[in-house]
Amino acid sequence: MSAITTPAPATTDLRPGAEVILRALKEQGVEVIFGYPGGSVLPIYDALFQQNAIRHILVRHEQAAVHAAEGYARSTGKVGVVLVTSGPGATNAVTGLVDALMDSIPIICLTGQVPTHLIGNDAFQEADTTGITRPATKHNYLVKKSEDLARVVHEAFHVAKSGRPGPVVIDLPKDILIKPAPYTDAPPPSTPHRSYRPQVEPDAARIQEAVKLLKGAKRPVIYAGGGVINAGPEASRLLGEFTHMANMPCTNTLMGLGAFPASDPHFLGMLGMHGTVEANLAMHGCDVMLNIGARFDDRVTGRLDAFSPGSKKIHADIDPSSINKNVKVDVAIVGDAGRVLAALIEAWKADSTQQDKKALAGWWQRINEWRATNCLAYKQQGPIIKPQHAVKRLFEITRETGRDTIISTEVGQHQMWAAQYFGFDKPNHWLTSGGLGTMGYGLPAAMGAQIAHPDALCIDIAGEASILMNIQEMGTLAQYRLPVKVFILNNEYMGMVRQWQELLHGGRYSESYSAALPDFVKLAESFHAKGLRAENADQLDDVIREMIAHPGPVIADIMVAKDENCFPMIPSGAAHNDMILGPDQEGNARSVTDEGKVLV
Amino acid sequence: MSDMNQRSATIAVLVENEAGVLARVIGLFSGRGYNIDSLTVAPVDETGRISRITVVTSGTEMVIEQIKAQLDRLVPVHQVSDLTLEGPHLMRELALIKVVGQGDHRVEALRLADAFRARVVDATTESFVFEMTGNAEKIDAFCALMRPLGLAEICRTGAVAIARGTRHIAA
Repeated sequence: MSAITTPAPATTDLRPGAEVILRALKEQGVEVIFGYPGGSVLPIYDALFQQNAIRHILVRHEQAAVHAAEGYARSTGKVGVVLVTSGPGATNAVTGLVDALMDSIPIICLTGQVPTHLIGNDAFQEADTTGITRPATKHNYLVKKSEDLARVVHEAFHVAKSGRPGPVVIDLPKDILIKPAPYTDAPPPSTPHRSYRPQVEPDAARIQEAVKLLKGAKRPVIYAGGGVINAGPEASRLLGEFTHMANMPCTNTLMGLGAFPASDPHFLGMLGMHGTVEANLAMHGCDVMLNIGARFDDRVTGRLDAFSPGSKKIHADIDPSSINKNVKVDVAIVGDAGRVLAALIEAWKADSTQQDKKALAGWWQRINEWRATNCLAYKQQGPIIKPQHAVKRLFEITRETGRDTIISTEVGQHQMWAAQYFGFDKPNHWLTSGGLGTMGYGLPAAMGAQIAHPDALCIDIAGEASILMNIQEMGTLAQYRLPVKVFILNNEYMGMVRQWQELLHGGRYSESYSAALPDFVKLAESFHAKGLRAENADQLDDVIREMIAHPGPVIADIMVAKDENCFPMIPSGAAHNDMILGPDQEGNARSVTDEGKVLV
Repeated sequence: MSDMNQRSATIAVLVENEAGVLARVIGLFSGRGYNIDSLTVAPVDETGRISRITVVTSGTEMVIEQIKAQLDRLVPVHQVSDLTLEGPHLMRELALIKVVGQGDHRVEALRLADAFRARVVDATTESFVFEMTGNAEKIDAFCALMRPLGLAEICRTGAVAIARGTRHIAA
């Protein structure tokens, strides 16, 4: 036996590109990749095969890989990682990338590419991935030189998770995956990037201005969004601390649910198009508004020229381009939501000015009057299950179990009912497609969350139309024994489309009926899952309990009232104080002008 | 949304000179519906690592603030500077203008070029190519005068701009 090892010169530290990538991912703390193989990424799959540090989850469609990574990222605060092949692999991922961009979710998406010498030749499975994903990502890279590989991966992670988080694509030509490449360690976190330096620490002078306004407020409101969740759990804790210290009412956006505990008496519920009366009227009538980590989205503001007309507005956001985009504000604070809240608390304590306690008491009294309208009340009578009741019972029964519960949704009426009737007391437990409104988001997102939290109860509250958009992921649940529960509010309509057609288009239900639906119980069974159905109110609790108790994946098909609408509703083009509270006022929507109708 | 007054803005953007950076900037303008009145780009440092983009745009104050903030958050962007807002600045454009003609028109074109300090950089018995630098208005005026004299082709660079005095920007 003779030793064939030779002393390694520095250059033999070169490893195939695919291995260098995996090493960089490991150094970045990656434990899971969601992906789907194909020709151009075979070298990475080969390298994955030969290691154990990183687990690969094989999805059934690349869009679902990105949503699963989003669910993973949102439920953990870590970066979600996706691996797809070139051409159709990359284009299928685009919806997920835009979804992550709109909702500020940190994602790294590795896409295969044809070898560098074929780029531009219309080669098999070639697509201009960096061109296509440029407006779909926070940033993207095409690696053309092996020596750039490790640096680009490290930089991509920094870009994805710092500042306002977002998706980053790394396009990897196949020759780069095969050719030997050097490894470089991640730069220490303190190393500044050449050009990208997001501002994290708020400006002290702006904080002082904000505290001055807030201390003098007679009718304040705190409006907190997904930025607080992205800033980490400590930011949510600080939001609670500040809200109580200042004795102010707090509302959350759809993206912000869980940032402030729903069970806290200072909570007004969600605001916006399907927000509560108390949240929207508090926004409309406040004299000082503190927006932390939200972006005055059109779903929140309603008609802009009638939005909170009499208030001084403070806006804290990590993204300067979110400030003064839709709504002109009086105090602009650029910074991380957690740092802003910490600075506000400190400055509040240091300031000896007393609040106008009498005015505040009066404001709370008005808020309590609005609360008394009980705008989320519904009548569960008879055998037909009201969708609101189904969500409420799901919430109550999961709470009774005491299990850590993570909820995802698809998009539509069921999403709004979930937001309204499921109370979130902690951040990172609510996964919903807010900005892009992507049907088909919920099942893969729940899957990603379940991977990260094997013992948690991960439930996708779905509609019968949305769930069919990524139903193939039932196969992934079966393969990895992921006990995700799919809770379908089945009204046999694309409910939100039907609602708008009823209210705004003369009841002409154009193409919104869910015809030829599958038998969801049999469908579950064919995917090796359990199928359950509740057809009347008496069966609801039993089905929910059986669903939760089952150790594997379940589809629970809940047959609900077909014509139920989601209220309260601010019709398009209307102001916060112009809400439709229930079916008795549906006529109000019929007066919506064409100007209002053009708004989505 | 309150201020609907439009203004023009000349914005200097220092960017990493990497593949796709111009596409990012242009895509931002088209994707968000902003105007580009002109845009120029070239490397400006000794290593060719940094490029300077000069973009002339117009919009309400709120839109221009948005444009600057959106540019600034692009990863390869080092610095965004609103020259219009920040004080006195020089703006220049280079144009090559071809005039084809004979006889009196030819003489008149040459006389006007002299008055505008346009240089003749190519000549045949039937044509001139004039080179001129100046602000956009000056070039517009010269082109208008050349039109009846046989103006055949115009090539313009778009504006470049720099602050007056000691004020300067660097990556």
